[in-house]
Amino acid sequence: MSISREEVQHIALLARLRLTDEEAERMRAQLSAILGHIAVLQEADVSDVPPSVSILPPIETFRADEAAPSLPPDELLANAPEREEDYLRVKAVLE
Amino acid sequence: MATAAKTNEPWRWTIAEAGEKLRAKAISSVELTQAHLDRIAAVDADVHAYLLVTGETALAQAREADARLAKGDDLTPLTGIPLGIKDVIITQGVTTTAGSRFLEHFVPPYSGTVAQRLRTAGAVTLGKLNMDEFAMGSSTENSAYGPTHNPWDLTRVPGGSSGGSAAAVAAGEAMGTLGSDTGGSIRQPAALTNTVGLKTTYGRVSRFGLIAFASSLDQIGPFTRDARDAALLLQQIAGHDPRDATSANVPVPDYTAQLTGDIRGLRMGIPKEYFVEGTEPGVTAAVQAAIETLKGLGAVPVEISLPNTRFGLPAYYIIAPAEASANLSRYDGVKYGFSVRNEATDLIDSLMRTRGAGFGPEVRRRIMLGTYALSSGYYDAYYKRAEQVRTLIRRDFDAAFTQCDFIISPTSPTVAFPIGDRVDDPYAMYLADLFTIPANLGGICGLSMPGGFSAGLPVGVQILGNHFAEGTILRVADAFERVTDYHTQWPTLATAKPKAKKAASKEK
Repeated sequence: MSISREEVQHIALLARLRLTDEEAERMRAQLSAILGHIAVLQEADVSDVPPSVSILPPIETFRADEAAPSLPPDELLANAPEREEDYLRVKAVLE
Repeated sequence: MATAAKTNEPWRWTIAEAGEKLRAKAISSVELTQAHLDRIAAVDADVHAYLLVTGETALAQAREADARLAKGDDLTPLTGIPLGIKDVIITQGVTTTAGSRFLEHFVPPYSGTVAQRLRTAGAVTLGKLNMDEFAMGSSTENSAYGPTHNPWDLTRVPGGSSGGSAAAVAAGEAMGTLGSDTGGSIRQPAALTNTVGLKTTYGRVSRFGLIAFASSLDQIGPFTRDARDAALLLQQIAGHDPRDATSANVPVPDYTAQLTGDIRGLRMGIPKEYFVEGTEPGVTAAVQAAIETLKGLGAVPVEISLPNTRFGLPAYYIIAPAEASANLSRYDGVKYGFSVRNEATDLIDSLMRTRGAGFGPEVRRRIMLGTYALSSGYYDAYYKRAEQVRTLIRRDFDAAFTQCDFIISPTSPTVAFPIGDRVDDPYAMYLADLFTIPANLGGICGLSMPGGFSAGLPVGVQILGNHFAEGTILRVADAFERVTDYHTQWPTLATAKPKAKKAASKEK
């Protein structure tokens, strides 16, 4: 199993990870090796086997629709890299 | 251990012993806590189990515990007991990094449920423990803050990802600790450090405030020096939590009441797929000896088969990275944590630079692997197939537990390996979790207990139990401990400094 440099850069874009050319090449080699080991999965007979979407039996997850106090904005924003009043500040999305 | 030394060195006590002395006023929590802070000061420069020691807070909590002990009401077996917490569980007002540069300065505005429960029980928190970044790894070498060293041999790894939690208990730097186990991250380091590590049943312990790695697999559990202490810790953290929709609303039994020492008639499943070539001979020998010991105690051996075992590791390395790639998308440098802005041209560029530089190599690798497995064209071949295989593995366990009450196996195919040995070969590192991963895929509980030594290094024996059968596997481990003395052995922690520290991961 081997994947190409182009695929690596495509996946990196999907994952929002900036990789240098050197990193992308190392990633290509390592992912190809790991996928080679994982290929054994193709030998499993999974015909008519449902996927495990959850490990738990279906559970009642609804709770009462009641208002409860939230953390104050100052505490929630204390870790923000950049803040403006009660907003998070980011680079412009549209010029 | 001579009694005199044990009296002078309270860090050698078990939680059960210390609790009795605290309630009998033979020692105060402040004295017990200070003894641990002194022990940390003496050995942690070599071991590096802690990322952060919160000494003043710990002593303040100890004073509160002493007041509670003086009044004598509202006591729990953990009141006044100094413990440590893996740095993947958030703690209000105390920096929580998950072993990542990304969260180097992250101060959580609230605490995880388990941390809160320990405080409510009156336990003292000594600090936050080292780990592989975002719990991804089997050696603690992926920590952005340098590796933890195995107290049994400082040139070797303590296992991972909860290596700090394991090493702290092994070295007497905490009476018990909390870790998390996604594919073996409690049991494997317990095996490598001669401690007891318990991975709880999926849903048994709330994960509210656990920094997520792979949400269908992650579980929190204790590290201790014996099974009784594990039962005491589990008792306080188990149970339903309305803030975690995946925590099970299943009654919590009295765990210590199940430590009867009597395992006569319990059926001991021996899975042939877990006794295979490639396992170190010293490990196999110790596990075989443990089987004989348990037979001698009246356990009934049953040969069982878990035929899909060989698919466990590859299925895990699709499912866990896939979930991680989704969970870690929250690290965007916008709300909190590491952020690269100045040299970025726009928001997307800022996001890509932030994530490219903020995550270490193993985390980047797993995000890439998971994104690939979920991407268009590969979803059916990888992710869906892995989830189907997961069903097969669950069925294996369901069938096995009709034939037996617990399953015995090695925890890790090898003893602790040298620091630096596997950092350049990701898959060799992944193989460390060969015997622990299936339990996570099946959602069942499991523990590792001290089972002997191979060339001076600890060997762990894994005991797996059915869903919510923590009481059964703790009973087995406790019965084993009553007739063996492996769990009472201590590392000498020779003063010799480890050789030149190899950087955890030199690659960029």
